[in-house]
Amino acid sequence: MATTAVPASPAAKTNRIGLEIVQYKGNKSTLCAGCGHNAISERIIEACFEMGVEPHRVAKLSGIGCSSKSPAYFLNSAYGVNAVHGRMPSVATGALLANHHLIALGVSGDGDTASIGIGQFVHLMRRNLPILYVIEDNGVYGLTKGQFSATADVGSKLKTGVANDLPPIDTCALAIQLGATYVARSFSGDKKQLLALLKGALAHHGTSMLDVISPCVTFNDHEGSTKSYSYVKDHDEPIADVSFVPFFEDISVEYDPGTTTDITLHDGSHLLLRKLATDYDPTNKGEALRALTEAHDKGEIVTGLFYVDTERPSFIDLLNVVDEPLATLPESKVRPPKEVLDQVMQSLM
Amino acid sequence: MATTHVEPKEAAAPAGQARSVNDLSIQVATVNGSGSQTANLVLLRAIFQMGIPVSAKNLFPSNIAGLPTWFTIRASKHGYIARRKDSEYVVAMNPETAEEDVQGLKPGAACVYDERLNLKRLRDDVIFYPVPFDQLVTPICPDARLRKLVRNMIYDGVLAKLLGIDMEEIHTALQKQFRKKAKAAELNWNAARVGYEFAEKNLVKADPYFLERMNATQGKILIEGNAAAALGSMFAGVTVVTWYPITPSSSLCETLIEYMKRYRLDKETGKATFAIVQAEDELAALGMALGAGWAGARSMTSTSGPGISLMAEFVGFGYYVEVPAVIFDVQRVGPSTGLPTRTAQGDILSTAFLSHGDTKHPMLLPCSVSECFTMATEAFDLAEELQTPIFVMCDLDLGMNTWMSDPFPYPAKPMARGKVLSAEEVRRMGGFERYKDVDGDGVGYRTLPGTPDRLCGWFARGSGHNEKAIYSERPEVYVNNVDRLAHKFETARLKVPGPVIIESERHKVGIIAYGTSHWAVEESLDQLRREHDIDASYCRLRAFPFHPQVHDFLHRHQRVYVVDQNRDAQMLGLLRLECDADEIRKLRSVRHYDGLPIDARTVTDQIATQEAAN
Repeated sequence: MATTAVPASPAAKTNRIGLEIVQYKGNKSTLCAGCGHNAISERIIEACFEMGVEPHRVAKLSGIGCSSKSPAYFLNSAYGVNAVHGRMPSVATGALLANHHLIALGVSGDGDTASIGIGQFVHLMRRNLPILYVIEDNGVYGLTKGQFSATADVGSKLKTGVANDLPPIDTCALAIQLGATYVARSFSGDKKQLLALLKGALAHHGTSMLDVISPCVTFNDHEGSTKSYSYVKDHDEPIADVSFVPFFEDISVEYDPGTTTDITLHDGSHLLLRKLATDYDPTNKGEALRALTEAHDKGEIVTGLFYVDTERPSFIDLLNVVDEPLATLPESKVRPPKEVLDQVMQSLM
Repeated sequence: MATTHVEPKEAAAPAGQARSVNDLSIQVATVNGSGSQTANLVLLRAIFQMGIPVSAKNLFPSNIAGLPTWFTIRASKHGYIARRKDSEYVVAMNPETAEEDVQGLKPGAACVYDERLNLKRLRDDVIFYPVPFDQLVTPICPDARLRKLVRNMIYDGVLAKLLGIDMEEIHTALQKQFRKKAKAAELNWNAARVGYEFAEKNLVKADPYFLERMNATQGKILIEGNAAAALGSMFAGVTVVTWYPITPSSSLCETLIEYMKRYRLDKETGKATFAIVQAEDELAALGMALGAGWAGARSMTSTSGPGISLMAEFVGFGYYVEVPAVIFDVQRVGPSTGLPTRTAQGDILSTAFLSHGDTKHPMLLPCSVSECFTMATEAFDLAEELQTPIFVMCDLDLGMNTWMSDPFPYPAKPMARGKVLSAEEVRRMGGFERYKDVDGDGVGYRTLPGTPDRLCGWFARGSGHNEKAIYSERPEVYVNNVDRLAHKFETARLKVPGPVIIESERHKVGIIAYGTSHWAVEESLDQLRREHDIDASYCRLRAFPFHPQVHDFLHRHQRVYVVDQNRDAQMLGLLRLECDADEIRKLRSVRHYDGLPIDARTVTDQIATQEAAN
């Protein structure tokens, strides 16, 4: 061992697996300055860093659109797929079938999910595949210059003044109804809430669906839009105050059980939901759907964790596969011996 | 009903007719959903067990119950197993089609029929054997609900008597068919016996057709192509199977599920060494297969024409991102929904270039159940070695019909997993470039997600990318990349199965065929020689891209007939794209596209006519 003291540079903060936050960064974003998606990428970087996620285990997946470019802007050393429009869920499903030790992190947009991708989205939700599925939701198609998407509110206006006259698809309500087991809505401008929800999702085993309102500064941030920064700030009604305590931090948090719900997640982490205006039970599907409907009726954007089910087995659990990734099973495990072929041939004679 | 007892005359044909032994087609016309499949398969198996080469074609409607269906069994001492156009025997069980079935018979043919149909009045040049099926079934099957299913077995007994099929073989075949369902086996056995006894007492053999024991099926198996492909996939070590039901491919994955549950559970843990998922549609089925291929699994899907159309976008993605997957296309008749239960080779051109932009894909072309098995194994090796989707182009005739075959060979080579780098290798190299053509074969090196080193990560994108897999729109980067993909296709050309060539010494007329047309061509070669003094060479394609030997074959012959089971001569079209002007001038077309499997007579007639005009 060296005996001379090495002058130490000011040590950068490392996480529980010894990595610095810089190791969770991605390429420089090519999205518009001020795009909500960039803030979400930042929160994903923080969440993965703080949770001590191993980057090589992460499969970043996306479809097509501005949102779907963003996996290039975080976790550069992870593995990524920028798939075809609206079909990322199937690619994610296949990847997890091949290797269920991967941490699937899907990023989609409102067009990619609620229009072209609605078919794969609903089946992803009902399978409860272990994936963190983030919708970067701005109510418009950005990359094709501002057409309405299927999450745009009735009456919301384009820059040209054209008003949307079809009702929005509430991806959270759909996800809850279909069987996703961790369903939340947040706002790209709410750092604290979004970070806590992302970390909670990483600690959850099953489909975590996060619809994050993420204003499009270029095509949908004007007066008359219901997905502009100012509109969302004015109408955001958090359903509860959410904080996250990871399993590896032995911190006992003082809270009043009368005002706070403590949810123990799959990996032993805790989500603490402190009551705000009203009582809310995030394990009750019916209540979650009612809260969403009422918020719509009142013109509010309700955010927070709407629904969580820590018991339902994931799709991978149901498949009862061997622990080792199927992708790397040796030939001896996947090619039956000659005797089996002989036996089958005999039965066909 | 005749009541006189007639002594069986097994040894002799009726006066004035020569005995015809082991050379006939039996067509059974029934209503679908009536349980006739069991009776037909038992008949097929019984003939097979007598050592007689046999084949079967099931012509069925896209329906569950109530529409006409025909099952043709051909027994051929010569070993021909292609479909034949006409039949020596028809069993007319379907009132809807009975008259047409009889009218279509050639003079001297025989007809076993349901007495109630009163078909005798229709022709006097056909031999009729009326059978009172309802009367016979009632006493042996007290449960009225089962009678409809059991009564078909009666014709097995009748045919056994008339043609000389050993009833012991019917019994053995029934046991095999019903395996553990002893009660059902017995019920059916009683029906067959009742039929036999009825024929023995009441029918006078008046046709010259006989079946006699041979020794040509010893050690052979009977299997459908879809089951063979399923077995091939299992022995190829497939781990992820994602599919969407569609006729005629469904039975491939369904059979695979059965085999995998039986043979691919881990001995120690009882857990599955595979995942099989029924997807929400064909787009998702292929998306999952590609996701799994990206993550390193041996993945597959199976589908038919409409599914192929839906998969187009993802296939281009797989091609450009360079992800392995195996796609079985069990072709049926298109366009659109087409004739879902009829056979064709109609997806050749669209699949070869499936998806937008410059794309082309290797296709394997099995002609037999044995090749369904071996090419399945080869397809998984090729997919991983070439890092691209590989198509196995079966058709309904091969996939869903029962074929006689030699037992399948156990894979001789270990699984070829292609160029996959470990973390250690990447570290040693100080990194890697995903799409760099290091070896000059157009195939780059890849790492699998989860490989534990920060140098191993890469981003698979369907958008333009450079050698490092980073987004790029630069013109020269794009050209380099797609040129490398074209070069990789040339690597594929020498890796895919080459053609099988039977050379005539005359070097004038050649035939090129692929897939199930093989069986008709094989028989047609004999017909052409015998009837037209045409001694043709034969080149059976086994894959696209075409091996250089195909061009050599074209060079050696003056006229080459390309046999296609589609309207537009699709394989000929594909050849034209790869041939020079001299070669193209030699190409002629033989086409058959009515939804029925191609027969030798069609090939012979079309070639003979064109040769005569030459």
